[in-house]
Amino acid sequence: MGQVFSKIFGKLWSLNKEIRILILGLDGAGKTTILYRLQIGEVIKTKPTIGFNVETLTYKNLKLNVWDLGGQTSIRPYWRCYYANTAAVIFVVDSTDKDRIETASKELHMMLREEELSDSALLVFANKQDQPGAMTAAEVSKALNLVELKDRSWSIVASSAIKGEGLSEGLDWLIDVIKDEQL
Amino acid sequence: MSALSYKKFEDSDSGALPDKMTIFQDCLQAFNATPVNAKKCRLLLSRLMRLLYSGETFPSQEATTLFFSISKLFQHKSSSLRQMIYLAIKELATISDDVLMVTSSIMKDIQNGDLIFKPNSIRTLSRVLDGSTVHATERIFKNCIVDRNPNVSSAALISSYHLIPVAKDVVKRWTNETQEAVFAQKYFPSNQFNNSSNSSYQDLYTSTPSSTFFTQYHALGLLYILRSHDKMALMKMIQSLSGVNSPLKNSMAIVQLIKYITKIVHDSNDPHLANTLFPKLSNFLKHRSDMVGLEASKAILSSSLFTNEQHATAISTLQDLLSIPRTVTRFAAVRILNRVAMKNPEKVVVCNVELENLISDSNRSIATYAITTLLKTGSAETVDRLIKTISSFMNDISDEFKIVVIDAIKNLSLKFPDKYKSMLVFLSDVLRDDGGFPFKSAVVEALFDMIHFIPESRDSALENLCEFIEDCEFTELAVRILHLLGQEGPKTKNPTLYIRHIYNRVVLENSIVRSAAVSALAKFGLIDDPTIRTSIEILLNRCLCDVDDEVRDRATLALKLLKSKKNTSDSSNIIVSEFIRPSKLYSFPILEQKLALYISKGAFELPFDTSSIPQLSEDEIKAAEYQSKTSVTSTEPTRPTKSNRDSTINHSPANGSNEKNKFSEKDLLQQKYSQEIASIEEFSSHGPLLHSSSIIELTEKETEFVVLCVKHLFKDYLVLQFNVENTLPSIILKMVSVVSIPSNDYYEEDFILPIETLAPEAKGTIYVSFKRPVDEEGFDIIAESFSNTLSFTTHEVDPSTGEVSEEDEGFQDEYQIEDLDLIAGDFIIPSFVGNFSNIWDELSKENENVATFSLNSYNSTDGIQGVIDKLIENLSMMAIEGTRTFENSSNSHLLKLYGKCINGERIAGVIKLASNSKDGVIAKAIIRADSFKLSEVVLNSVA
Repeated sequence: MGQVFSKIFGKLWSLNKEIRILILGLDGAGKTTILYRLQIGEVIKTKPTIGFNVETLTYKNLKLNVWDLGGQTSIRPYWRCYYANTAAVIFVVDSTDKDRIETASKELHMMLREEELSDSALLVFANKQDQPGAMTAAEVSKALNLVELKDRSWSIVASSAIKGEGLSEGLDWLIDVIKDEQL
Repeated sequence: MSALSYKKFEDSDSGALPDKMTIFQDCLQAFNATPVNAKKCRLLLSRLMRLLYSGETFPSQEATTLFFSISKLFQHKSSSLRQMIYLAIKELATISDDVLMVTSSIMKDIQNGDLIFKPNSIRTLSRVLDGSTVHATERIFKNCIVDRNPNVSSAALISSYHLIPVAKDVVKRWTNETQEAVFAQKYFPSNQFNNSSNSSYQDLYTSTPSSTFFTQYHALGLLYILRSHDKMALMKMIQSLSGVNSPLKNSMAIVQLIKYITKIVHDSNDPHLANTLFPKLSNFLKHRSDMVGLEASKAILSSSLFTNEQHATAISTLQDLLSIPRTVTRFAAVRILNRVAMKNPEKVVVCNVELENLISDSNRSIATYAITTLLKTGSAETVDRLIKTISSFMNDISDEFKIVVIDAIKNLSLKFPDKYKSMLVFLSDVLRDDGGFPFKSAVVEALFDMIHFIPESRDSALENLCEFIEDCEFTELAVRILHLLGQEGPKTKNPTLYIRHIYNRVVLENSIVRSAAVSALAKFGLIDDPTIRTSIEILLNRCLCDVDDEVRDRATLALKLLKSKKNTSDSSNIIVSEFIRPSKLYSFPILEQKLALYISKGAFELPFDTSSIPQLSEDEIKAAEYQSKTSVTSTEPTRPTKSNRDSTINHSPANGSNEKNKFSEKDLLQQKYSQEIASIEEFSSHGPLLHSSSIIELTEKETEFVVLCVKHLFKDYLVLQFNVENTLPSIILKMVSVVSIPSNDYYEEDFILPIETLAPEAKGTIYVSFKRPVDEEGFDIIAESFSNTLSFTTHEVDPSTGEVSEEDEGFQDEYQIEDLDLIAGDFIIPSFVGNFSNIWDELSKENENVATFSLNSYNSTDGIQGVIDKLIENLSMMAIEGTRTFENSSNSHLLKLYGKCINGERIAGVIKLASNSKDGVIAKAIIRADSFKLSEVVLNSVA
């Protein structure tokens, strides 16, 4: 009887299920910083990621399996190897990097066209808001052409990984969407 | 998957591998699943690895897919799974693309991960890095190399070693850390595995010692590679690491250090350096680890740069090691001694007592080595006793070992001809024993050698062989023995004895043996004794009714020839004898080569020309055989690569390692030169080539132009052949010739054949012909010295076109090369005589020349043996009666030499050698020859 209960409980809250989330974005956008800010709550010194970092973190009773893939041009082609079974993509944009926002937009849309990601939610962090001259979330959203996205839950949140601003706000939204749509 | 079904399908003993595609599919499925089942994945990884370790492989696309799916397992924290992941990625790294994707994850593990898999992760990291990513890991590697944990440090050192081909410059920057690791003495932390999640490791490691200091070995290996280009740094390293207070605690590291020292000494070829480094090596001789003692002894004994006293200390270490209970140590020690005994048996004599104890060693390999060593070190007095010991021992060993022993006995018999009796008894005893063909063949071979080279032993050895063929199951051996009986039998006092044995074969054996027997009988028919001849004819007549064609044919021919001999004049008698028993034989290797050439050409309308093949008399063949048999005193296939005293051609270790090969190589080369000379039109009027010297180096091997020289003697001419190699990559030489100026003006230059054009890195040959002088008495063996200069014009090659530009007129240049001496030895052909004293007495005392020399100029580090070798080489005479080897530890030696001059005159020499510490080696030489002048010239070239 207890077993049956826990099964139902588990189904309701999906405590056992791991939710797979990818953090993508161009190099130097702050993906690794965000990952460890979320996991251990601290800002760590990072180096360009050759490959990926993967961490499991528990957020609001959910087990999140977060993959931070390197953003260098040479590594981007391998993102697709990790698309399968992904519940959500967190796309990190360096809001100060106006020159490459177009590249970021191109990579984003190319990624979203992949069939394996057709059901994934999208959260965009307009990162590095602590820096002077950063674009606002709205500006980034426009540059990334997010309004064009059809059949997808998406949101954009202004964030600063260094200061820890906007991260939990964005993640809260993401968890809600996942719970609604996928569990 | 249950353990039961695993067993059922993949019993590791059955050797059957799991199906590749099934594993591939299972892996993909399990590794991509969420959540990851660590236990299942680990099992699958182990099965995958079993495939890879057994040599299975995947196409790169599948391997890459596998790799990416394995990379997804990084999300799981299990240490044991992680360890397995590293093993798998390490294997896949070579066949999969894009392995750099796990770089960051590995780096994180190395920095923060569990100690359990930290070494694995370091090793895997080195496999996934490439030239562009290695920079990012520098700090990690440096930290790990100096890590206090020996496992981590070792892993980092080995990984660095593997990274050298990828990024040498980067690894070079870790030299300081590596050096620190060499000097550090790292202990396993006692709580290393306490905090690990898997407690079974703890049990596993509790029994390990606190440290083996193995890291030092790895660190030393890396440090050596990093410094190998810098000799000063290497010397510094050796200085600081050897000595009494050496920080090296690991035996393997010390062994490695000794190897490096050996290499430096060997490469430098500098006795002074050897002398400075010797104390380092001798310190290690007394090391508490056998391994170190063995390696140090081997190092000292393998180089002739060390003195005899230094060798002796190494030998005494080995002597102690011979009585150590550990079998491996004894084996290694006796093996090293055996090698030393091949070249310098006198050095090993001190170990004879220990070696004799080893004869009864329970390990047969050790016993055999001990015996063969003893056979080499044995002096004339001990030979009898040794042979007795061996006889009792022969039944216990296998055929292969028996052959080794037989070969050793054979060499011994050549060395101590006086002892032939006991050896003959031994050989005839073992010949009666059971044994396979290779063994019997070795015994028969040994008897053959005794018959050829020890005339006194002939009769009884022949009797033994006769007895053997009475009951010999090997046709090939029977045929060879019958041939030998035919050759040697007629020379004996009582030839009829053998006739009976031979005729028995005709009655009892198969057709092949019968025809051989008929040929042998025919040779007895040549004996100048009417009764024997009549009985031979009767016997041959009976053979005419044989069922086999070949037998009948041979018998008919023999009868016909014998009858014609009886009836006709002397001159045709000689022809008949030549037919039945030829006095000269073709040189078989050349005959074979020419025949092969003839057949491949396919021009059969022209008959095969036998005149171009040199014919060798029996004496010449014997001389050559004796030479090779006494100098190759070993039957071991791999010989130590020692610097070879009488090597004249290539000094590369590969050549020096096998004297036997080298001999034939030398012969072939000389053969090639004489063929080349014969094919040059200008020399056709010189007549036949009488003698060619060995090859002499006139330059160092590392110079711009490498020049080798060979002296060829014709009846009236001397031709110097200079082989020039242009080692410069961008210079073409034109009109290359050698200006050879005789210092005494006896020789008159005839003509020069220069090289028109010598391309970069090409070889060419220059010939300079001289008229040989004759003094007023018609004596023409005249020594001379030539000073030589290479003259040429150089032209630079345009690197873009690879050709010389048109405007370049080149400029005239000269290049001094070493002087060349024409010495008496160049006129002498080494020859063999069975009975030296007969020849000595035949040569009249009137033509004797005597002188005493101090041979310090030979400056040989090898003492008397070195002088002997040089004398033999200089005089180009053959050492007779086993006097080539300086046999005991006394300080005098008697060398007997014999040779024939190109004009046919005989020369014999007796040279007494004595050494003392003050004057070096003193020689008293007595030379006799067919003419006084000849002996005088030869005597003069002793010094």
